Amino acid sequence: MINALEIKNVYVKYDDNLVLENISLAVNQKEFLGIIGPNGGGKTTLLKVILGLVKPESGAVEVFNSEAEKNRHLIGYVPQYSVFDNDYPVSVLDVVLMGRLEKKKILSRYSGEDKEIALESLEQVGLSGFKNRIIGGLSGGEKQRALIARALAKRPQILLLDEPTASIDASTGKNFFSTLQSLNENITIILVSHDIGAVSQNVKKIACLNKNLVFHDSKELTHEMIEAAYHCPVDLIAHGLPHRVLDKH
Amino acid sequence: MFEIFNYDFMVNAVYACILASIACGIVGAYVVVKRIVFISGGISHTAYGGIGLGYFFGFNPLYGAIGFSLLTAGFLSVMRKKKSQHEDTIIGILWAFGMAVGILFVNLTPGYSSNLMSYLFGNILTVPVSELAMMLILDAVIIILVTVFYKEFQAITFDEEYSRTLGLPVDRLYLLLLVIIALTTVLLIKLVGIILVVALLSIPSAISIKFVKSLKQMMIMSVLLGLLFTLSGLFLSYYLNLSSGAVIIMVSSAGYLASNFIHFVKKKYYIKEVNLR
Repeated sequence: MINALEIKNVYVKYDDNLVLENISLAVNQKEFLGIIGPNGGGKTTLLKVILGLVKPESGAVEVFNSEAEKNRHLIGYVPQYSVFDNDYPVSVLDVVLMGRLEKKKILSRYSGEDKEIALESLEQVGLSGFKNRIIGGLSGGEKQRALIARALAKRPQILLLDEPTASIDASTGKNFFSTLQSLNENITIILVSHDIGAVSQNVKKIACLNKNLVFHDSKELTHEMIEAAYHCPVDLIAHGLPHRVLDKH
Repeated sequence: MFEIFNYDFMVNAVYACILASIACGIVGAYVVVKRIVFISGGISHTAYGGIGLGYFFGFNPLYGAIGFSLLTAGFLSVMRKKKSQHEDTIIGILWAFGMAVGILFVNLTPGYSSNLMSYLFGNILTVPVSELAMMLILDAVIIILVTVFYKEFQAITFDEEYSRTLGLPVDRLYLLLLVIIALTTVLLIKLVGIILVVALLSIPSAISIKFVKSLKQMMIMSVLLGLLFTLSGLFLSYYLNLSSGAVIIMVSSAGYLASNFIHFVKKKYYIKEVNLR
């Protein structure tokens, strides 16, 4: 069986600080994994290791059963939208087209196919009508969608999202997760967030990360996991949800 | 009023304004969207060290300036990769160091007493034809590079980290951008002076970013604004008998203020329009 992503005994140090300790994780194809943990717990670092932006001290990352370097083009990445400048004069379509850029295509122009794929990606996230708008003029939720479209323009097999709910309100959030769920029919999604509530309701499996990763290959979020991740007992409050987050105990 | 074109130096000054506006408008768009005005300032001021070196050792100061500014660009891109210090701290240090080196070597040069002011503000009225030719070549190089790497430069200035995840050679592209900035500032030092270079890089682009919808439009509008400011400043300085560099900056600054006002009114009107709907 081919895993979409496999992380083997990864250690990451910043200067002398150990940020990630012995992380191992296997993610099946078409999985929807939520990784939760406190701020500063190493979530973004883990994503950067997967993306090759941070070199681990030791350990390895495999994408579709071969070295990450070879298959990294299969990964689409959705950063927090706050990374770019709202004054930048660029249209939504041009931002999505950036997802089509590659090293070997540096000297050529965007092809007709590139443009078609970009428009398709915009349609997938429901932003077709926004293609000529300036990216900075969109709302938080719309920007987030535009960045997903940019990631989709790469035609990825795996989608990585960093704190996607940080900037959107609850009603937009619902809409947002239904978009993700329909995308999940074809691609593997890994999402990191500190927002336990939003994540646990919408993903198929959950892991907790705070330097160490606790993962039981299930959707149940146990007190043990939360405590391991947050180093303190956390009261989980159910909001009268259609499904339970906590196992019976 | 056109009798001033009977003077060769005035005709050359007009050409200098046109060539400088083209380079500054295009390069300035990147400088402003990437927020590296301070970096460009650092590179151009560090170049003064090379000018002093040139005077002391008796070679063309321009070559010294080019060498120093390219070294600065290279050094900055290496330090940036290492992330050992904040970029702006390093620029501040290089900035002061470069100027100090320049002043010391000019001091040490026997019998030489050029004043610093001519390099800070330049003298557009004494531009030799050879430097106009170099500017023309630089403009051509800039236009070619920006055309070839348009989408890559856009990607790295918009979202550098994402560009890395796409596998683009971000560090090399960024270095290329810094080199273009370095050459632009240095070649313009003789024409318009170190301070005016920074003003011409930043002011037209700072105005146009508020009114345009793409980087391309921003570049075109910045070039046109640069032409407006430099040419009107040049003529004003001629008739008022004032220093051309300073007058051009005053005109540009006034233009910036006016643009803020226009932008403000436009926004207010736009909000009204939306509310009426």
